[in-house]
Amino acid sequence: MSAFTVIAERSGAIGKCLRKRSAAALIAGLLACSLASASGPAATPADPPNSTLADPSPEQARELLQSDRYRRLAAELRCLVCQNQTLADSNADLATDLRNEVLRQMSAGRDDTQIKDNLVARYGEFVLYRPTFSGRNLALWAGPAVLLALGAFLMWRISRARRTSPGVVVDEARLKRVDARLKDL
Amino acid sequence: MRSLRFILPAIVFSVVAAFMLAALTSGRDPKEIPSPLIGKPAPAFTLPLLAQTDQIWSPEKMRGQVWLLNVWASWCAPCLVEHPELLKLARAKTLPLIGFNYKDEPGAAVAWLDKHGNPYTTIVADRNGRAAFDYGVYGVPETFLIDRNGTIRYKHVGPLTVDVIANKLLPMAQALAR
Repeated sequence: MSAFTVIAERSGAIGKCLRKRSAAALIAGLLACSLASASGPAATPADPPNSTLADPSPEQARELLQSDRYRRLAAELRCLVCQNQTLADSNADLATDLRNEVLRQMSAGRDDTQIKDNLVARYGEFVLYRPTFSGRNLALWAGPAVLLALGAFLMWRISRARRTSPGVVVDEARLKRVDARLKDL
Repeated sequence: MRSLRFILPAIVFSVVAAFMLAALTSGRDPKEIPSPLIGKPAPAFTLPLLAQTDQIWSPEKMRGQVWLLNVWASWCAPCLVEHPELLKLARAKTLPLIGFNYKDEPGAAVAWLDKHGNPYTTIVADRNGRAAFDYGVYGVPETFLIDRNGTIRYKHVGPLTVDVIANKLLPMAQALAR
């Protein structure tokens, strides 16, 4: 996997999110982020550790597996072994373990944010397909908007320069001189 | 303004090229994910020992010592690559080396150690990988350096190399032990 695929995939995720968020919300978020400290929320492993969580019963597991909520979560979390696949898509052993971990946490009554925070505390923000909106990720989120604004500004300036330019000025005297010399040839 | 029009593409190209060159030559493995656990307490667990399954062990026992937790498995090929380095480390007796046998058959693990040598002072067995989840393990081998207060100070993913041991692990461990 190259750095490009990471960028491509991340910008894909940004595009998706940007379409969902309104511009006003984005600007408000940007402002809030620039005011907030540059470091993301401190993630600490949950206490007690997860290894003490009980397995869901087979019926409960089946029910959870079919829930929209589980499907959504598994599609938003990244498998760390085959890094371009979600937990839902991956056949890796680790993905299976992490899916089971998500199921256990769901059956223990944790909400989506708690489950995601729990995974982020262990594997880092990399497990999230949709990056969080923190100060550290500001460049990631604001980058496309800044580039778009820059492009729009440049286009506006160029088109204005074209409209106000006097066009081609022909020096008649010089043209005649050139014509005369051409005839001599 | 006119000259800028010609220079600008060159500048943009240079900036992009510089970023690409930096990424290519940094030697950073994109598969290596920075662990959020650095500077955090090593997660607690109670696991049976590999050879004596009736005895349980927990990282609490290492309090007051600087130690290494090495996640390995008999089915893991890269573990064999770092194994000679672990044996050397064990012979030097610089650090307690705790083995964390990850999702393995105990019989296969013991046979593997008999064949290749046992560098570990203690080995715990995590057969279902649940304790490893708390450590954010995603690929074996992984090695954690844990300080006297039970805080994770360093994590290495992949086989330990002479370079990593000599230039990172040991200097850090020595500084922590002081």
